[in-house]
Amino acid sequence: MSKVKGEEAVSASSTIETAVRVETKRQPLPPRERLEEIFDIRDVDAIYGSKAALKGVTMEVYKNLVTAIIGPSGCGKSTFIRCLNRMNDLVPGFRQTGQIRFHGVDICGKNVDPVAVRRTIGMVFQRPNPFPKSIFDNVAWGLKVLGMKDNLSDRVERALMQAALWDEVKDRLKASGLSLSGGQQQRLCIARAIAVEPDVVLMDEPASALDPIATQAIEQLLHELKDQYSFVIVTHNMQQAARVADMTAFFSISRGAEGERWGELVEYDATEKIFTAPSDKRTEDYVTGRFG
Amino acid sequence: MSAADASVLQRPNDRLWRRRAVNRGMEILAWTAAALAVALLGLLVWSVAKRGASALNLDLITKSQATNEFALHPPPQGLANAFIGTFIIVGIATAMALPFGILVAIYVNEFAPKAIKNFLSPSLDILNGIPAIVIGIFVFGLIVVGHGQSGIAGAFALAILMLPLVARATIEVLALVPDSLREASLGLGVPRWRTTIGIVLPQTIGGILTGTVLAVARVAGETAPLLFTTSIVGTAINTNPTQALQSVPVAIFELSESPTPADHSRAWAAALVLLLFILVTSLTARWFATRSRQKIRRASR
Repeated sequence: MSKVKGEEAVSASSTIETAVRVETKRQPLPPRERLEEIFDIRDVDAIYGSKAALKGVTMEVYKNLVTAIIGPSGCGKSTFIRCLNRMNDLVPGFRQTGQIRFHGVDICGKNVDPVAVRRTIGMVFQRPNPFPKSIFDNVAWGLKVLGMKDNLSDRVERALMQAALWDEVKDRLKASGLSLSGGQQQRLCIARAIAVEPDVVLMDEPASALDPIATQAIEQLLHELKDQYSFVIVTHNMQQAARVADMTAFFSISRGAEGERWGELVEYDATEKIFTAPSDKRTEDYVTGRFG
Repeated sequence: MSAADASVLQRPNDRLWRRRAVNRGMEILAWTAAALAVALLGLLVWSVAKRGASALNLDLITKSQATNEFALHPPPQGLANAFIGTFIIVGIATAMALPFGILVAIYVNEFAPKAIKNFLSPSLDILNGIPAIVIGIFVFGLIVVGHGQSGIAGAFALAILMLPLVARATIEVLALVPDSLREASLGLGVPRWRTTIGIVLPQTIGGILTGTVLAVARVAGETAPLLFTTSIVGTAINTNPTQALQSVPVAIFELSESPTPADHSRAWAAALVLLLFILVTSLTARWFATRSRQKIRRASR
């Protein structure tokens, strides 16, 4: 809980030469006590078969912020974000220990329906994966299945507008979602995810397969939508984290005595602090480009 | 050093000649085997066509089997009753095997834990390998004893033959549907069964159709299971599947035992029609298969 030291840490920032220029439209973080906690993650281990992918992750995620997860390949970023909406349930041999509380409820609890968890905590994936349906149906299908059938076309239009795709597709809503460009497809996937009005949207490297312009469009989206949603975004692009995130968590790889490797959370703080005055040497090495 | 090495490359080598000869020999052997397989198919079609062509006319599929063979001017004879019977029997068999096979495939590919999947897949293969006559006897004991022969009993026997074919084909296309599509739907909070019906299955319709058509082509020519279950028939056209129905393969079998040469040529003609039907459906199915595979691939790119 005490990992966020807030403003005073930022103002006391040292003069580390960062490879990343922090330029952002971010508002300064509100004081810690005014942030509402949505995820309370305690000591989470994620295990595939007998191999631990993540050990001892403890952090909080706050409402209406963009929280970025950065770190080198293989540090368990994607595994971690997929724990947050029980997407890993589908992976054979996956186990998880520790506790992830969402608004106080353990999402792995006995009486919790994973379908309801995913319904509340949406996800956008690394590769755009529109349904092989029309653009309209890509957004409308989830709404129909989940019983949000009133004002269907209004809902679709609103979601496509929020995802900044409406102007590009409004004349061809019947065309296949697969006929769009990669960047458009990813925005369609974002529209699909926010159409069903989740509380949180998890994004697993949403821009890694996209060109810079499409990436910019998606980052713009995050700024505009975070008043309504909370975002957790995995990225291996530090500039992206610096641009979009309010809070940043740095994950790294640890090595055991017998050569086993696992990911762990090294440092979690305000983005400003992570990129200008990290308190851990490993974070500093990573954000200054010395490794990873 | 390098000059010495290069000379090694050109040194006369008696093993080189041998290696080349073996290589060429194996190549010719493999080519011949492949050519023989195709030639066999060609020969088979040609010999059936040669013998059947003379009796191949419209009467064959529009007229029923003769009622008065001893008349001075016997009426033109056909096998309409057999074609209609086969159509009905195979139709009912497909209606039984298709939904069942699709459900089996959905369970195996989408829901079954690994251990059960590893048990079910080979079970389907074994079912597929059971001789048709054994299935005929099985259905004979199960339905025919006590209820008598019927088109439905025959269809049931054929459905058992079709089931593993349909299930296998469906499993194959289900496995081609990328997990990213399933995740997209599940990530929205859509339950698994809705994901399967709404997103996964529509992708596989082409493949399921292919598997079904291939299975139809396979069982349309089955004789053994029908001999036990639906072979004691009259010569009139019958469309009631609760009674025994004539079928093309059984008719061919019976006509081939007839003393009349005209019957023999009609048997050949019926065989030709059956063969052409199977060729056409198989080729259509292959064409469908490539198309639907391409479609899934496009969707998963």
